[in-house]
Amino acid sequence: MIRFDAVSKNYPNGTTAVDELSLELAEGGITVLVGPSGCGKTTTLRMVNRMVEPTAGTVSLRGQDIREIAAPELRRGIGYVIQHAGLFPHRTVLDNIATVPLLLGWGKKKARARAAELLELVGLPGDMAKRYPYQLSGGQQQRVGVARALGADPPVLLMDEPFSAVDPIVRGELQAEFIRLQKELHKTIVFVTHDIDEAIKLGDNIAVFRTGGKLAQFDTPERLLAHPADDFVADFVGHDRGIRRLSFVKAAELPLREGTVLPADSPVARARALDEPWVLVVDDGRRPLGWAAVAELPDGGTLADANLAPLGHTFSLVGDSARAALDAALLSPSRLAVGVDAEGAVVGVADAYELSAAMAEDAAVGDAAVSDTAVSDEAEVRVAKSDAGGGER
Amino acid sequence: MRDGEPLIRWEWIGDHVGELADYTGIHLRLGLLPVLFGLIISVPLGMLCHRWRWIYPPTLTAANVLYSIPSLALFMIFVRYTGLTERTVMIPLTLYTLSVLIPNVVDGLASVPEPVRQAATAMGFSTVRRVVQVELPIAVPVVVAGVRVAAVSSISLVAVGQLIGQGGLGYYITRGLQLDFPTPIITATVLIMLLALVTDALLVLAQRLLTPWARGKGATA
Repeated sequence: MIRFDAVSKNYPNGTTAVDELSLELAEGGITVLVGPSGCGKTTTLRMVNRMVEPTAGTVSLRGQDIREIAAPELRRGIGYVIQHAGLFPHRTVLDNIATVPLLLGWGKKKARARAAELLELVGLPGDMAKRYPYQLSGGQQQRVGVARALGADPPVLLMDEPFSAVDPIVRGELQAEFIRLQKELHKTIVFVTHDIDEAIKLGDNIAVFRTGGKLAQFDTPERLLAHPADDFVADFVGHDRGIRRLSFVKAAELPLREGTVLPADSPVARARALDEPWVLVVDDGRRPLGWAAVAELPDGGTLADANLAPLGHTFSLVGDSARAALDAALLSPSRLAVGVDAEGAVVGVADAYELSAAMAEDAAVGDAAVSDTAVSDEAEVRVAKSDAGGGER
Repeated sequence: MRDGEPLIRWEWIGDHVGELADYTGIHLRLGLLPVLFGLIISVPLGMLCHRWRWIYPPTLTAANVLYSIPSLALFMIFVRYTGLTERTVMIPLTLYTLSVLIPNVVDGLASVPEPVRQAATAMGFSTVRRVVQVELPIAVPVVVAGVRVAAVSSISLVAVGQLIGQGGLGYYITRGLQLDFPTPIITATVLIMLLALVTDALLVLAQRLLTPWARGKGATA
């Protein structure tokens, strides 16, 4: 879809923004370009719509060298979203969104009708249409920026740190909204960020750049976390990549046991017989009620009479990741995570050790053998580095 | 001033309403047409100065040098070419507006936020369309601020043109001085001040209507 062939960008003062980049971006996916500042990620993005012209190599779009297309024409077919939205302050929200359709000569009426549709698509109320950008919050402006980029329904979207100027809560909302939109629209998206967490959250593929405009690794988020190509990537991805990788292991694949799960009408004696410190008490529908500490159970009666400790949170075998499961184990009073099915009925429980064993097994598939010492050396180096540059991330 | 002569003889004003109105019209024309011409010159010049920054300092210096020439001297120079006509007054007044209007056009264009300029380019605006549809409209509030200053100063400067017989309401000031008669002097002075104030108010109103989007800037500060 978008292809870089040995593309370089050198400036007259001798700096190299992008160095011999070859990359092919798949149609209909989100490719995230990530790296420290000055790594050439934004330059790379801007070469796609000819805001920056490469000094060497070719960029092609659907097999066509983009230099063969007049720049304004090319750009009208590529959506563009930037950090501070860059909305036109003198135009209403609706006319901002209608920008590209108007440039394409759709006529005011049709362009505005389309803009009204897009306003709704990005989750803004219709009465915002007549407002001016200064009357909008940062998050709302950013939504309008996305709507404007989608104006003429371009197959390609370029997004340059679109969510980094808003506060973390709004950023989370915008990211979730963005994922939802993409499921609906299937655009080919090139997304620049300096935030590796955002890259992992949003990207189908991630290109990690190092300073000097060199591509360090191009991979899926999962593989990036499991197999960083070198120390630079490992460092950039962060020393908690092991934990973050769990986001990609499905909870459904985890082994669970159900021996310690008892209905509320079970006699206390049955719980004692299990020889476990905690039992999970469930109702008739096997929905979890709480944890019973066996040592503190009454002498007789059923588990319904016992004081139950609250559950903490459960994880769902449908939809949740191993990360949620591990978190559930760590927060549970019994140190056991409770896995439930789609109906909320308990499937089984597991502790952090059991979970981590299963995850290690999962991760070991296809893993190149790395000796323990190598791993720990690497870890130490990374800790030292991140201490030194603590303020940066 | 003669003994017993009041500062204002209201009946004189009553007798001269028609004539005063005619001179007010002339005064407005002599004062405001130069601002319009000044804008016509300053907008393209300001755009060039914005595009090629190195042109700006010499251009601004030239405009300031023009502004520093006493109006009397300029009138005398132009009288040789354009005679005792309205043009002889309007040409110097036009030149005077440049030292206010050119910097305001340049500042106005510089007030366009960089992300906005980039977004416009990335949306597929051609350079000309971007300037006309995005950059100039955004520059309007700053340009209007300059137009207000230029208009007020131009309206009050017109009176000096009476030295070559083209001073609008300035006519009454020299007449009053010659006749030692304060009423026309005071009337004309007050009218000139009113013209300046009303023009200024109308420009503010026009800007409000023209740029409803800019209201937030003052309100949030």
